[in-house]
Amino acid sequence: MKEETILSVRDLVVKFELRGRSLTAIRGASLDLHEGETLAIVGESGSGKSVFTKTFIGMLDQNGRVQSGSIDFEGVDLARYSTEEEWLRIRGKKISMVFQDPMTALNPLRRVGMQIQEVIEMHQGMSGKQAEHAVVDMLDRVGIPDPAMRARQYPHEFSGGMRQRVVIAIAMACKPRILICDEPTTALDVTIQAQILQLIKSLQNDFGFTTVYITHDLGVVANVADRVAVMYAGQIVESGSAEEVFYDPRHPYTWALLSSLPQLGVKGKPLFSISGTPPNLFNEVKGDAFAPRNPRALKIDFELQPPMFQVSPTHSAATWLLDPRAPALEPPAAIQSMRAKYAGGGK
Amino acid sequence: MSDKPAELLEVRNLRVDFPVKGGLFTAVKGVNFFIRKGETFGLVGESGSGKTTIGRAIVRIAHASSGEILFKGRRINGRITKELDSEVVQKIQMIFQDPMASLNERAKVDYIVSEGIINLGNYKGEAERLALVQKALLEVGLLPEFASRFPHEFSGGQRQRIGIARSLIMEPELVICDEPISALDVSIRAQVLNLMSELQRSKGLTYLFIAHDLSVVRFITDRIAVINKGELVELAETEELFAHPLHPYTRALLSAIPVPDPIQERKKKLIIYDPACHDYAKDKPAWTEISDGHFVLANGAEAAEYRRVLAR
Repeated sequence: MKEETILSVRDLVVKFELRGRSLTAIRGASLDLHEGETLAIVGESGSGKSVFTKTFIGMLDQNGRVQSGSIDFEGVDLARYSTEEEWLRIRGKKISMVFQDPMTALNPLRRVGMQIQEVIEMHQGMSGKQAEHAVVDMLDRVGIPDPAMRARQYPHEFSGGMRQRVVIAIAMACKPRILICDEPTTALDVTIQAQILQLIKSLQNDFGFTTVYITHDLGVVANVADRVAVMYAGQIVESGSAEEVFYDPRHPYTWALLSSLPQLGVKGKPLFSISGTPPNLFNEVKGDAFAPRNPRALKIDFELQPPMFQVSPTHSAATWLLDPRAPALEPPAAIQSMRAKYAGGGK
Repeated sequence: MSDKPAELLEVRNLRVDFPVKGGLFTAVKGVNFFIRKGETFGLVGESGSGKTTIGRAIVRIAHASSGEILFKGRRINGRITKELDSEVVQKIQMIFQDPMASLNERAKVDYIVSEGIINLGNYKGEAERLALVQKALLEVGLLPEFASRFPHEFSGGQRQRIGIARSLIMEPELVICDEPISALDVSIRAQVLNLMSELQRSKGLTYLFIAHDLSVVRFITDRIAVINKGELVELAETEELFAHPLHPYTRALLSAIPVPDPIQERKKKLIIYDPACHDYAKDKPAWTEISDGHFVLANGAEAAEYRRVLAR
């Protein structure tokens, strides 16, 4: 794949003011997004994965702000945007977002067709009949049967899966360059989930946009992602191709996350579980944020924050284990068996 | 397994109707299964399939319209004696999906956990009640001093532990777990699953595990029943079901679960279930045992075909 960077984030720091205290939700995250790829950002709730991507479209809550760092997109630094006017040039037009809950993402009082038409009229300068045609066309593209009739219905007349298709239609209405999907299938049944994931893939083939998935479901990640970024406590701790992160993970947090999956567990034996809870981001985090939950943490993990170590040209991880001076530490058994499976040709 | 433990719960032709505008909606359409003592029985289906309704009918929150629910051989639905009623209230407990919604926000943990025994009054004096609460909290890995706190002071995983403590204090035999971990984060899920299997071992509990996530269900259950639109379509021992899924709906459901393995995921073929694939015009489907303990909803022709598939 040709690797042209479409969006480049450097050392992003995002803070929120809450009841007079300051919370650092993103603690210096860097990421490159390549044209046409599907990147999955994985993390638990509170890891900052949603906040991180919300900064790309200026949708931070009122009390949040980008404190430092840059987001380069088409030659401008989005981190410097401050007015709604500026954001309207990007949001919905160049970068769109699909949210988790299709029930709350749609306006229950307006017909579905009107909600799509609004976007088309606003961003594409179409109007009247032409815009209406575009709406029906769009609904057809996202796989809604009888689109002309469905356009006149209200959201409550759609099932959950169909509603998510409508939300995708709205996001796609302006042919964005980047589509951010924030837990797009968490609220849906597995069979519907599989269909929606397939739909997004086929749309990506047709329109050639770049997709960012935000999810905690590693099964979904394996299904869709070309590349994976693992987030923990406001930082990207590991990133690489899907194969690299699933079969040869290097960060202890990625090890722990994968090992705690029931799919990798052995029946009748206790599942690997991560003890404790993520750090409180109101306080300053010292060293490796995962160290207190990592039973095999090194002494330096508690003192100094690890830099990103390059494992391969596409794979990097922020852990002292990759330092040449670090002791050799074998990953947990579940990870080793995944690695062996991959080495054996993925069978 | 040759000497199988006794059946703890049996459900026969269970039917649950709900009144809707202009008639009745049948959420559960004549379901049959039994749960053996000490096992974990999984009930899997999509939203709206009726799986939760079955769980609720067993604890008698939902009213069974017809059919029988037998607990230790005694019928517990419909009109029953007062003694049996209070026994069932104690011996069958439920853990709910959303730990954020299932705890009384205005009550302290102390009250939430002991509400059941307060209602039954099966303890002597305040000191014993406090001791029971503390024991229950310890058993689920919480500190006894948490008893004086309110639910909002806890994380999702801790709240689910409170939910488990509140059922444990009743010393139940059967615990109905309705999606107990779907609302939790991946790392917390593992903690709660481990806790549940530990408790099962130490207390000899029997679980009815209701869920939509087949990957979790595979890990913890002994047998699985798959439900679609109020009807059981297949029931088998867990590994048997995963190795030889027979009913097309089960196969579709299995094909849809995402596996955390990119190479396998990319090779995967999605199967879509089309109810029209059954020809039930003349030959009506029945709940049929295809091989030992492997039941499928099938008509005569389908059952013959399934037997052929298994024989291969």
